[in-house]
Amino acid sequence: MSDTDGRRWHDMGGQPAGPVVPEDHDFALWEKRVDALMVLCGRKGLFNVHGLRRALEDMGEDAFETMSYYERWIAATNQNLIETGVYTIAELAERMDEIATRGPSYGEAQTGAKDG
Amino acid sequence: MPHDHHDHQHGPSPSGHPYRADNDGPLTYWQRMEIAVRELLVEKGHMTAAEISAQIDAMDERSPARGAAVVARAWSDPDFRAQLLEDASAAVRGFGLDIGPLNLIAVENTDRVHNLVVCTLCSCYPRDLLGLPPDWYKTRAYRSRAVFEPRKVLREFGVELPADTTVRVHDSTADMRYVVVPARPPGTEGMTEEALARLVTRDAMIGTGLAKRP
Repeated sequence: MSDTDGRRWHDMGGQPAGPVVPEDHDFALWEKRVDALMVLCGRKGLFNVHGLRRALEDMGEDAFETMSYYERWIAATNQNLIETGVYTIAELAERMDEIATRGPSYGEAQTGAKDG
Repeated sequence: MPHDHHDHQHGPSPSGHPYRADNDGPLTYWQRMEIAVRELLVEKGHMTAAEISAQIDAMDERSPARGAAVVARAWSDPDFRAQLLEDASAAVRGFGLDIGPLNLIAVENTDRVHNLVVCTLCSCYPRDLLGLPPDWYKTRAYRSRAVFEPRKVLREFGVELPADTTVRVHDSTADMRYVVVPARPPGTEGMTEEALARLVTRDAMIGTGLAKRP
């Protein structure tokens, strides 16, 4: 959506949209972990909810349409942690590559995790 | 509506949401990122695996039952009700609930006024009181439409309000969350707080539903 009306994509109040389908689901373990990481990062002062919000809003509408809620949250958390200098992009890339070799599923990829 | 749940799981999970079966699907890019971020945070000493587990457990314990207990107290105790409507954060903390740094405003439904809560900008929600927000609360449809055609949205939840009821829509922010105190249903005189709390649904505290009748 263009910004010509002075609004950014996430400012959706009052826009036309389809029917509300009142459904929901429980969260997967990896999603609960993303939520917990964000809360703990906030509690420990690494970044706060506004840092998360800024990164989410800057992702733009494509991310909203193509990524799930907690996919956007882990991307925003990661961006804040790299900006804060907690780790580097290179460290992240190296670790993600190594995780890909551990196994084909989320559960199997925990095996070999260095924190047990 | 429940969907995608395992055959061996029945009913909602402890958090009140139906189960979702995707822990054993193919490992995704974003799941790899979560694992990597978590491991790096732990290895660099910012947090421990035990803290992460404890935070997940704490969040799992937060369910609409917490909010329902607060509403039942407000229905039963006029002084508490007054305090809740005056300063909800203080009242809820005084009730003994840990809501962290949450800034909370309670809005009361009456026979003349119906309140509805939304977060048009994202997904802000009184999570310390009600648990994590349902999927529909985070959808474009709800966020966009709740503020300009709330009656139509309420109809999609099966709620039809009298034409002369005033509808107030409250738009949450990261710093300010709302909870609805639903109207106490008729026929509940003399009921205990515990029994009253069972009438208070999550949707009733968002405003997309009404309290159940006994």
